[in-house]
Amino acid sequence: MPIDPSFEGRTYPPSEPYEVGLEKIREFADALGDDNPAYRDREAARAMGHPDVIAPPTFPFVLTFRASRALIEDPELGIDYSRVVHGEQRFAHTRPVRAGDSLTVTVTLEKVRSAGGHDMLTSRSDVTTVAGEHVVTAWSTLVVRGDDS
Amino acid sequence: MSAATVPSCDEVEVGTELPGRSFVLRRSDLVRYAGASGDFNVIHWNEQVARSVGLPDVIAHGMFTMALAVRVVTDWVGDPGRVVEYGVRFTRPVPVPDDDDGATVEVSGAVAALLDDGRVRVDLTATWAGQKVLGRAQAVVQL
Repeated sequence: MPIDPSFEGRTYPPSEPYEVGLEKIREFADALGDDNPAYRDREAARAMGHPDVIAPPTFPFVLTFRASRALIEDPELGIDYSRVVHGEQRFAHTRPVRAGDSLTVTVTLEKVRSAGGHDMLTSRSDVTTVAGEHVVTAWSTLVVRGDDS
Repeated sequence: MSAATVPSCDEVEVGTELPGRSFVLRRSDLVRYAGASGDFNVIHWNEQVARSVGLPDVIAHGMFTMALAVRVVTDWVGDPGRVVEYGVRFTRPVPVPDDDDGATVEVSGAVAALLDDGRVRVDLTATWAGQKVLGRAQAVVQL
């Protein structure tokens, strides 16, 4: 069942705040095997001009992946998640995520297309502080494979 | 890796190559990334399920490969906060066997465009077994 393009523009309520912690950032950097001091050491991060330890460029996906469940589980869209493949991902940062941030994510279904029997959904996740400062926007394109593949 | 090591715009031109890197991914790395990222999709750790859905083996998280590829850029600039945009297409999965060798992903990068305000675009190439695993992998960096 192709997804109805009339759902384009649908926006979900902002997620509950996500509290970004220093140890979570270190854990994520450890998982990447990345010893960059900006991810670990407050003094090093400050020397680079950041108020606190910052997170790796793809870290916001931890938040946006969680928030995008609102879209993936939207009964009106009817997405079969077992057929979903991650097709594209992009981030545009106003500033890096950093320890101490309290962030909410607003997910919008930006684009729906069908090609070759597959549906392609592009979601936009706007990540802002609870005070309303824009931090990063992430776009994810999910490919929902058709019945025959 | 202090701010002083950031390459200056004057030293950089289209075609400037960044130091490349190779990354070895083993099953234990996927488990660790799953825990840190919160993506526990079984195709990233359970071979039986991965094969049942038509994959050759357990595959690495696309987001893990994406994170490793940009390391070439963040190691180059020192301050990872200078990566202002980063996007990829996931064109091919990286199968990760259950052995000590794992899978090796090779990443290279080169400056592809000089933009306004001291920004440059770096195009990245990530390969596994000689085949590209990311498409249109581009990062915009503030120098």
